[in-house]
Amino acid sequence: MADVKKFMYVNRKAPYGTIYALESLEVVLIGAAFDQDVSLAFVDDGVYQLTKDQDTTGVGIKNFSKTYSALGDYEVSKIYVDQESLDERGLTLDDLQHLVWEDEDDDWAEKDSIRVLSRAEMADLFEEQDVVLSF
Amino acid sequence: MAMLHTVNKSVFERSTLDSCISMAKAGSSILLIEDGVVSAIAGTAAADRISKAMENISFYVLGPDLRARGMSEDRVIDGIKVVDYEGYVDLTTEHDNIQSWL
Amino acid sequence: MSFEVNGKTFETDEEGYMVNLLEWEPGCAEAMAKLEDQPLTDAHWEVINFLREYYDEYQIAPAVRVLTKAIGKKLGKEKGNSKYLYELFPYGPGKQACKYAGLPKPTGCV
Repeated sequence: MADVKKFMYVNRKAPYGTIYALESLEVVLIGAAFDQDVSLAFVDDGVYQLTKDQDTTGVGIKNFSKTYSALGDYEVSKIYVDQESLDERGLTLDDLQHLVWEDEDDDWAEKDSIRVLSRAEMADLFEEQDVVLSF
Repeated sequence: MAMLHTVNKSVFERSTLDSCISMAKAGSSILLIEDGVVSAIAGTAAADRISKAMENISFYVLGPDLRARGMSEDRVIDGIKVVDYEGYVDLTTEHDNIQSWL
Repeated sequence: MSFEVNGKTFETDEEGYMVNLLEWEPGCAEAMAKLEDQPLTDAHWEVINFLREYYDEYQIAPAVRVLTKAIGKKLGKEKGNSKYLYELFPYGPGKQACKYAGLPKPTGCV
């Protein structure tokens, strides 16, 4: 598969206030069918998309945060979170959902999908991509 | 002549809240709604700025929008009151006029 | 478009998917299957119930290959393959089973 490209979806908006977070998630799920090397980055207010215990009953919008747990089934296993963005918002990894994927080559062992990166590491990762889609 | 200001943008993404704070008169109120609710969280890079503004402006945050983003009431900066939709309506009637910052 | 179950009307979109998935009841699956001359056996129900649980947990209708893999894991390898699922749902396990389960059309399905 020589034509596999590195696709990164960069998420920078809080969920529900705008449509960006949901649109990104839908594009990721659709795009997952194309067997590319996919990763997701959560930067700036995008980190709020991954918070656990989201409860949308009061705002009457579907709680699509549950769908992030399905990303592993879609073979999306690389989720990068910017440390500085967490710090700036008084958040820690513990405030985020625990997302996992199952490694087929390792007897389906459950592995963590989320990796917290420094801004410099995130910048390096951007550089490595063939395609960057920004939401 | 107390005015109610509503702000629906995150303080980390737009300068809307800072503009609102700089133009809101003493004795007026700011209600944080939609993505604006993340500005109400304690321990953020913006919390000191907001605490300072609270010396002469009353701050409120809309609870349902807070919970939708996974933030519980106990994470809000001390002194910011959490209101529901009914409280939102009460605020609009208690103030003389409203400015919706977009 | 719409269909009826015991005198109650359920609205569907132009492709026959239920508009309000909260209204779903088992009778809806039977009624929609009947419209397509598709008998529902226990094997069909196993997939329909699986899809409803999947939606409840993840808030999406899974893509066919995701469904196939997940069924294999939950119900056994002999069921987690396209042949088995297409024999049950000749119009496509994603499209047809999701419809009977009251779910939206799978994301990315055209």
